[in-house]
Amino acid sequence: MLDTMDSLIMIVVVAIATFSTRAFSFIIFPKGKEVPPAVSYLGKVLTPAIIGMLVIYCLKSTSVLAYPYGMPELIACVTVMALHLWKRNTLLSIGVGTVLYMFLVQYVF
Amino acid sequence: MGEMTKAMRKAFPYTIPVLVGYVFMSFAFGVMFTEQGYSVLWAILMRIVVYAGSGQYLAVNFFVPGVSLLQAAFLTIMVNIRHVFYGLSLVERYNRVGFLKRLYLIFGMTDETYSLVCTTNIPDDVDEGKFLLSITLLNQLYWIGGTIVGSLASTAIPFNSEGIEFAMTALFIVLFVELWCKRSNRYPELVGVMASILCLVIFGADGFILPTMILIIAILMINRNRLDTGKIETEVERDA
Repeated sequence: MLDTMDSLIMIVVVAIATFSTRAFSFIIFPKGKEVPPAVSYLGKVLTPAIIGMLVIYCLKSTSVLAYPYGMPELIACVTVMALHLWKRNTLLSIGVGTVLYMFLVQYVF
Repeated sequence: MGEMTKAMRKAFPYTIPVLVGYVFMSFAFGVMFTEQGYSVLWAILMRIVVYAGSGQYLAVNFFVPGVSLLQAAFLTIMVNIRHVFYGLSLVERYNRVGFLKRLYLIFGMTDETYSLVCTTNIPDDVDEGKFLLSITLLNQLYWIGGTIVGSLASTAIPFNSEGIEFAMTALFIVLFVELWCKRSNRYPELVGVMASILCLVIFGADGFILPTMILIIAILMINRNRLDTGKIETEVERDA
């Protein structure tokens, strides 16, 4: 634990660093400035690509080469996909998938 | 304020999956931060001024003697570098709202909020700015609420929460499947997944996001003529 002043300064530094990454694009393309067509295009296609990336990002610490060889993640992910394609119910898919995953990592593997 | 209440009510159902995931994730943060010796008030302050999923877990490690401010700033930027690119997708939409609102929307642009904002079809009868603000604000409130509970109850929890973080993974998979059902999204989705796996294998779990983003943008730009047909729709119907 740091002392009070150092803690406050650290929080401010982390806050500014976090905000700066998010604000970057908005500083380059401020309100009123025409967004170039290439950026406009990129803005649209990036969303599906980023969602795909986030799925992998969430699974990045999965151990594929050692026990349990990513089995809990694989089973839970396939279940969420199948359930969602079938029922298209967001809460059901997330709820069942999470409970199943917790059961797998706590009791099975 | 009537308009804002209406926007909040309309936005709430879309945020329920994030509510579930955030409450448990921030609960874990509350526990970790308390274990470092910080009281619940510190955890709340941290949550209000820094609102950032994985960045927040990383930040817990900065609150010990010996970590320089420069080091902390650099690591935080590297972990959050993907948000630079999120901004590109939201520049046009966020630039339509007023200055203060925009400032808060940018501040609150977490992975989860970004995903909801990009895939939610804003109801016709609500003001766009107020709706976006509602989603961002509700998500942050869940984040703060979970932290308070986690900090206060960090001892003697008779509940094994191992694996609860899968709620966020499941949320992104659900959004992925929803987008998949619209054919135009499939190519960029596959690019995102394949580039991430490739870079994860090459660069490892700690440093693959920046190369992944660069690779994704390069592939999407090379294929611009083929993909830029104006038919890309990322707003999906959801049972909300």
